[in-house]
Amino acid sequence: MKSDRSGFYGEGDGAGDIKRRLWLLSVCVVVFFAVIVLRLWYLQVIKGPYYRKLSEDNRIRVVSIRPPRGIIYDRNGIPLADNTPSYTITFTPEDAKGKPEVMQKLSGILGVTPQDLEDYVRSEKFRNPYQPIRVRENASFAEVSEVEALKDSLPGVSVQVELRRYYPYGDFASHLIGYIGKITPAQHKIAKYADLPPDFLIGQYGLEQAFDKYIRGVPGKRAIEVDATGHQKKVLYTVNPIAGNDLVTTIDFRAQQAAEDGLKGKTGALVAIDPRNGDILAMVSKPSFDPNIFTVGLTGKDWQYLTTDPGKPLDNRALQGQFPPGSTFKLAVSLAGLETGKATPDSPVVFCTGGWPFGGRVFHCWDKHGHGRTTLHKAIVQSCDTYFYNLGNILGIDKIAKYANYLGLGMKTGIGLREDSGLIPSTAWKLKYRHCKWYPGETISCAIGQGYVNVTPIQLARMAATITNGGVLYRPRVVSAIKYGNGSITQFPPDILWKLPVKQANLDIIRDGMYGVVNEPGGTAHLASSKKVVIGGKTGTAQVIGLGRGRGAKFRDNAWLVAVAPLYNPKIAVAILMEHAGHGGSACGPLAKQVIKAYLRIDDKSIAEKNGFGNLTGTILHRAAVKFGNFTGSRLKAFRSMTGAAKTRMLLGEDRHGR
Amino acid sequence: MVDRHKRIISNFDVSFLVSVGLLIAIGLTAVYSATYSMSGGTHALFKKQLIWIVFGLATMAAIAFFDYRRLERWGYVLYVAAILLLLATLAVGHSGMGAQRWLHLGPFTFQPSEVAKLFIIVALAKYFAEDGITKGHTLRQLVKPLLLVMLPVGLVVKQPDLGTGLMFLFIFCAVVIVAGVRIKSFLILLTASAISAPAAWGILWKHLKDYQKKRLTMFLSPEQDPSGAGYHIIQSKIAIGSGSIFGKGFLHGTQSQLSFLPERHTDFIFSVISEEWGFIGSITVLAVYLFIVLWGIETAQKAKDRFGALLAVGAVAMIFFHIVINIGMTVGIMPVVGVPLPLVSYGGTSALTTLIALGFLPA
Repeated sequence: MKSDRSGFYGEGDGAGDIKRRLWLLSVCVVVFFAVIVLRLWYLQVIKGPYYRKLSEDNRIRVVSIRPPRGIIYDRNGIPLADNTPSYTITFTPEDAKGKPEVMQKLSGILGVTPQDLEDYVRSEKFRNPYQPIRVRENASFAEVSEVEALKDSLPGVSVQVELRRYYPYGDFASHLIGYIGKITPAQHKIAKYADLPPDFLIGQYGLEQAFDKYIRGVPGKRAIEVDATGHQKKVLYTVNPIAGNDLVTTIDFRAQQAAEDGLKGKTGALVAIDPRNGDILAMVSKPSFDPNIFTVGLTGKDWQYLTTDPGKPLDNRALQGQFPPGSTFKLAVSLAGLETGKATPDSPVVFCTGGWPFGGRVFHCWDKHGHGRTTLHKAIVQSCDTYFYNLGNILGIDKIAKYANYLGLGMKTGIGLREDSGLIPSTAWKLKYRHCKWYPGETISCAIGQGYVNVTPIQLARMAATITNGGVLYRPRVVSAIKYGNGSITQFPPDILWKLPVKQANLDIIRDGMYGVVNEPGGTAHLASSKKVVIGGKTGTAQVIGLGRGRGAKFRDNAWLVAVAPLYNPKIAVAILMEHAGHGGSACGPLAKQVIKAYLRIDDKSIAEKNGFGNLTGTILHRAAVKFGNFTGSRLKAFRSMTGAAKTRMLLGEDRHGR
Repeated sequence: MVDRHKRIISNFDVSFLVSVGLLIAIGLTAVYSATYSMSGGTHALFKKQLIWIVFGLATMAAIAFFDYRRLERWGYVLYVAAILLLLATLAVGHSGMGAQRWLHLGPFTFQPSEVAKLFIIVALAKYFAEDGITKGHTLRQLVKPLLLVMLPVGLVVKQPDLGTGLMFLFIFCAVVIVAGVRIKSFLILLTASAISAPAAWGILWKHLKDYQKKRLTMFLSPEQDPSGAGYHIIQSKIAIGSGSIFGKGFLHGTQSQLSFLPERHTDFIFSVISEEWGFIGSITVLAVYLFIVLWGIETAQKAKDRFGALLAVGAVAMIFFHIVINIGMTVGIMPVVGVPLPLVSYGGTSALTTLIALGFLPA
């Protein structure tokens, strides 16, 4: 063929022209291969570690394992908060992406609407990617078997066995023990919770909250290898969780049980305290709640009830309820009177006619017939208002406040749980917060525990304990020890806040008054009297004025009772509040006795014998004691010599074995 | 006769045979690994591929002994056969993944578009070998061959199989460049296509299926939809990148063995190799490919006539574009179009086609 130079690639002969153009192809090939090699260099060598990590993230799911929470025991080792195995259904949305039918099916199994499930899954936005979401805790056997049966069509859904918090006695001491719940986003920002997994359960209330760092344990984790559908292939490694430490509380199961039973269906609170060390023996607030509902999945209805019921079941009235103490406050006023010398057992002598005129109006005594000639002892026993109007007027509010404060009223007890302080007014307080001076008339109402005076049930229990234990004010103790997993134990010793700068003789006078309240004719709390143990106490009946519910709207009075037993060697002090229950003695008396008897095991013969509470021998002695009257000072000595030391001890419940 | 046999043996030189053998070994190893967790340990797919390879090698040998001049004579007959096959596919084809690509022939299913590639290479080689234009084609002279190739392109895109359609065009371009095109015509063609590309793209876009549109655009930003269309690319890049320099080891590629990598035994087989054998493994594969392609160009250089040279160019171009598009896709620099990796991807028709194309080379 003829050569022709006008061709683009030059001349060709046969296939020569083609062959001369082949270099173009070769260049093209080399360039493309070079680009690919560079790209591979970039991906595999430069970004290799980065992609290696991505591939690990792809296949490895790190699932947090909840540690068993520490067990909360009563003082005798009965578990009040425990753990029990239960099924948890989890869902990992990343494994079901682009498969909306999975959520559809899952919601059908769980019995919720697909929308609800979707909202729930979306609300878990703080979790790590691929961290399974617990969509149903405490799943039923039917739910679990359905999930297992449909496993292949439910990518991302799996079932785990976990330990769930379990409160074997339901609402038993629920306010004190508290409940647990998922850590909230706000809590997660707090330093002490920051390193916990996103859906970790922490104490949200009560001891569960206050001692959370001891009992929550350390979460473990399990790394599992999954395939692209999220199904587990094998476990790569497991870091076992560390169980939480156990709490030993001071709660006495039997006393608590008696208190729970006595307040069932009522609105009120009970606190029982050991005057010897401040131990909380029982604490009840009603209405209450079953903390189990928080761990098995709270329903909207439950939450509605808990938060909107006018009885406020979530409030711990024993610590947070602030109420006028009514006549129980007269014990504090009496102490103020005795200590300041404004009152003695024999003076003043007030003649009660059922009312007392002051400042242009008449302050009524609760007994409109009047108590007649009244001294301090009788005033306490029969709760004569007129006497205390007089005494209060003589003392003035600041002296009353001083001794009330000594007794721990109007201030937080330092129990370490959420509590309110109540209020003991004073002239300084009024000036500071109400910006006006104190009127003497206001002292009159305060002297009988009305007016501005507000206390919490635990404060009154501690007051009774302090008066009868010789004037030692303890910080209430709920947890006596933490038992660690390695066997070691941290004990919390009793904590004395202060010793009252008062004379024992004056405390004895008040104590004798408390004896009379329960055991003497005309005493306001004779329903609390027991043949087997000497119980002393003081009733209160506090007026309730409906606040913000329309002026003058009145409710039935709140009933109060503080009781101590054995009165002359106190082992338990109880304060009981029953809202709108009327008279303190009749409403609370029987319950106080039940709780005391339950704690002292009086009806349990073997234990009672051991503890020095005889059966019938007591009754004769007791009757004698009642006849004999007060038990203080010289009179007690006389009683001892008359009845013999052993019998006295038995009657008065003094220690034989150091219980 | 003896003379010719000697020629064939010398042409089929040892290095070529070794590299093809090496590639087949790499491919079978990769398919074994990629299908390891499938079909419950029966290795059914691996065995099937093995049979196809043996069959393909036999065919390659047959083609090599075959006088290619007879192919030239039958060029247009094969072309018509290709068109008929593609029509048949459209009419009675078996669909899969939203496209009609397969034809059932008794117990076999095969992809006519793969075979059509070969027939069209033969037809193009015949056309350009015989048109006698050695000083570069003018535009007018390119109209006829363009029509020749556009007909099958249209049929394949209609299936729709965009990848194979583009493949026809790439092969055509390669053959035209080597057959010669005038610089003026070339520039005009370039300008015209640059101008008309957006319009053509628009028309094409309208006719694409949704999944194709997504695949085409997702390679630009796969992170936009990590679980949907971008999933393939992201998982493939993770597989390749995580292989690092030395790889995770045979059967230890987590991306492959745990099914994170989709279509890992077919279109994404290169990702499996890269994950398990690392950068070392992937550049080894590339080196073998480069050798085969350059060796193919070398055979074109040695060809005795125009048809032989153009046939070799067409075959090399076909293999080369498969490699570039497939690997480019797995490393995320090309859109996801379903193009297999020659001799490595699982798939009988593809392996057979590649081996036949390689059989063209020593001619």
